[in-house]
Amino acid sequence: MTDFLGYQERDSIVHRLNATSKLLAFLLLTVAGILSFDIRFLLLLTAFAGLLLVLSKISWQSIRILVYLTVVFALLNLILIYVFAPQYGVELYQTKTVLIGSGDYALTSQQLFYELLVLLKYCFSVPLSLAFLLTTQPSQLAAGLNRIGVSYKVAYAFSLTLRYLPTVQNEFQTTRKVQEARGFALGKKASLAKKVVASTRLLLALAFSTLEKVETISDAMALRRFGKKKKRTWYYSQPWRVGDWFTLAVAILLLLLALFLVSVDGGRFWNPFV
Amino acid sequence: MKKKGLATKDVVAIGIGAAVFLILFKFIAIPTGIPNTQINVAQSWLSLLSIIFSPIVGFFVALLGHSLNDAVSYGSIWWSWVIADGLYAFIFALLVKRAHLLRGKLTTWKLLWFNVSQAIANVVAWLVIAPTLDILIYAEPANKVFLQGGLSVVVNIISTAIIGSTLLSLYVKNKGQQELLRKED
Repeated sequence: MTDFLGYQERDSIVHRLNATSKLLAFLLLTVAGILSFDIRFLLLLTAFAGLLLVLSKISWQSIRILVYLTVVFALLNLILIYVFAPQYGVELYQTKTVLIGSGDYALTSQQLFYELLVLLKYCFSVPLSLAFLLTTQPSQLAAGLNRIGVSYKVAYAFSLTLRYLPTVQNEFQTTRKVQEARGFALGKKASLAKKVVASTRLLLALAFSTLEKVETISDAMALRRFGKKKKRTWYYSQPWRVGDWFTLAVAILLLLLALFLVSVDGGRFWNPFV
Repeated sequence: MKKKGLATKDVVAIGIGAAVFLILFKFIAIPTGIPNTQINVAQSWLSLLSIIFSPIVGFFVALLGHSLNDAVSYGSIWWSWVIADGLYAFIFALLVKRAHLLRGKLTTWKLLWFNVSQAIANVVAWLVIAPTLDILIYAEPANKVFLQGGLSVVVNIISTAIIGSTLLSLYVKNKGQQELLRKED
């Protein structure tokens, strides 16, 4: 069974950072990377995200499958873009340099350039998310969410999700086996109608047990006076160190650079064709 | 959410609901034969939760569940679809609120209300919000994202009409009984 990507305990510079600063940096850099379509900036960001991933000492073994999947997914997206909008790059850059072919599906350097940008967006976001997700302990992440202003109830819900994921996964697999034993298999051979019936039954069983669990847990939390005060403290909240301020500063600088480039380029796209 | 604050039960429903959403999203996808288009059971679960609890619970379940699923299975979060999914739950729950689907028997009229609402919410979320955000956030070509959105609308409406309606009617039927899990054909 496929396991989830999750927190990997290691001792690295990235691991030692405070969850709050990591979360903020992650969000700021994500915004910067989404905003900019300037290839120079995206290359810089990709290099930076790659460096973070290397520094975090995550083993290639653990992320290999995900990276392959993402590559396939990204290529598929690139092909789809080409199929549906082969001249989109021309539209964006207002110039047309045909490389091969003619007509609507003529390959232009503008289109290639645009698709390269789309590819670069994957190249920065995947290592960045991995370097963030795999080095941050879930409970610390919840505390971090609260620290940046997310209501503690939402932050707590988030930590509940992360904590119950293995339990729910177990229960899901057990329920699926029970259903299979009763003749409602979800296997590859089953017809579409059978799969729909089987998955509805599975969902129903899971739904009832989940709703029951919600009752029990919320009762237990109410008994411990959850939600009575405006604030809560976090067992896992961490102090800020020099490295955290440094990380945050770098992230802010990169975002400012992205904004600066937008104003210099006169838009989100930098046009090398003029 | 800040004005009233979430009840403890809502917090737990969001937390565990999102975990179930993620598992369903990841493990049950029934292929339809069209590439990249699956019948998603998770969407029906989301709809049920939004009815039982509240629009805001549905919103957060989708937001947390969808973004976390993206993160753990693709390594990057596709924000426009995450937001659209959250808004789907929110809009849908608002539309069905007046129908009091869980009170009394589930009449044909109520079932129709449920399905019209899910259809409206699906169209708004996947044909308006998601493609618009795709264009704004990711600057993707318009006809591509609208086609993707349109395909999701069709699949989501059909799967929620079949699985969601069944789930809802069985839920209403079984609700209140002590022995909830035993339901023999």
